[in-house]
Amino acid sequence: MKDMEPAQVSGKTSEHVLTYADGSRRRVFVTLVETPYPHGKLIVSRTDPLGIITQCNPSFVDMSGYTEAEIIGQPHCILRHPDMPAAAFRDLWDTVKAGRQWNGYVKNLRKDGGYYWVYATVVPNIRDGQIVGFTSVRREPSREKVIAAEAHYRSLNGS
Amino acid sequence: MTPNLTVSPSFPTERISDWYIFNTWLQRALGLPIHLELYDSFGAQRAAIAEGKVDMIYANPFDASLLVREKGFRAVVQPEGQPDEMLIIAAAEGPASAITALRPGTRLACSDDPCVNTVGRILLEPANLDPSNTIEHRRETYIQVAREVLRGEADIGFLPVDAFNALSSLVRRDLQVLVTSQLHVIHHVFLVGPALHERADEITTLLASMHESEKGRRILEALGARHWEPVQREDVEFMIDIISTLTQ
Ligand SMILES: Cc1cc2nc3c(=O)[nH]c(=O)nc-3n(C[C@H](O)[C@H](O)[C@H](O)COP(=O)(O)O)c2cc1C
Repeated sequence: MKDMEPAQVSGKTSEHVLTYADGSRRRVFVTLVETPYPHGKLIVSRTDPLGIITQCNPSFVDMSGYTEAEIIGQPHCILRHPDMPAAAFRDLWDTVKAGRQWNGYVKNLRKDGGYYWVYATVVPNIRDGQIVGFTSVRREPSREKVIAAEAHYRSLNGS
Repeated sequence: MTPNLTVSPSFPTERISDWYIFNTWLQRALGLPIHLELYDSFGAQRAAIAEGKVDMIYANPFDASLLVREKGFRAVVQPEGQPDEMLIIAAAEGPASAITALRPGTRLACSDDPCVNTVGRILLEPANLDPSNTIEHRRETYIQVAREVLRGEADIGFLPVDAFNALSSLVRRDLQVLVTSQLHVIHHVFLVGPALHERADEITTLLASMHESEKGRRILEALGARHWEPVQREDVEFMIDIISTLTQ
């Protein structure tokens, strides 16, 4: 995945280098600007078995800040925020690869360096007994749940 | 055997006669006698499905999932461009003005439409409301849901967008919409059961070209649709995956 360019983000930023589960790295710039979750919207995406995005709905496009063309074909970790602990995603992948449903609170990174919180559900797409991909639907979390998730992830990150 | 056709009870009641007209059209087009049976509740319809009394159905996304996965039904067409969305209403002059302003003890009026209720419950989560801290009033019809809210007997109500739009402008004036779902990806579908599988392709072709005749187009318009579009197996599987993320 391409590094983020400092020009993509505006305002006060901090620089991080993310190391993904496959060992690859990406430089990102993050801001403290939260985009509020739009009431009523459900954010939908699908991936292939490796987590490459194959489909998304208009709410996904709006919230991520990317165009649909920039999203399709990218790995889903394009949304990974440096505040999210790797353990959360390990649990996600272990669960869905075992054929089960995963739920959790996720802080996502926008193209502009800002972030948004979601409550996400991920399910395996099973056809004739084979996992052919994954589908995720996110919804608006309550403020209290976000605060609790923030504290939990901070403790997992050891800070 | 005369096959049975039924329709998800979520459609506005004014459309009952239009579904009879649709059935007459379908019988002629297929050269097959078909019995239309309309159930006035989801429970009654589910029972009929369980007893194998349904051969063709225009179903909401939730029932469609069940019919495809467990009853060997095949989805053949869907109305073009009409995702199923729902909304949460409150009285225009009432105290509730936003979902997040709702408090435990909120009284909610709803029908027994599984789709509308599931999405409605999700849209209450930002206020930390769930079945344990809300009081649910189940009503037979959407009109009754709206009426409870207007009378102040319920604080909020769940309605499909279609049913809200079908309310008179007078009634709507006294209501406010707190939130409308924007899921985009689930919709009603027309399905045929195992007894009619050998005619499924023929039924698909007939329905998909229904709007090409003047008569067909008028019937569709009365049912609130422009035309039917064929549904692929994978479209339905995708919808089933989405529904499984909503019902956990
Ligand atoms: C269907 C699906 C949806 C996902 N949605 C997100 C998401 O919204 N945000 C995110 O950071 N990771 C999401 N992931 C997880 C990423 O694939 C990835 O595991 C994560 O960003 C961390 O990167 P890493 O596992 O490469 O370290 C999703 C995975 C799947 C299969």
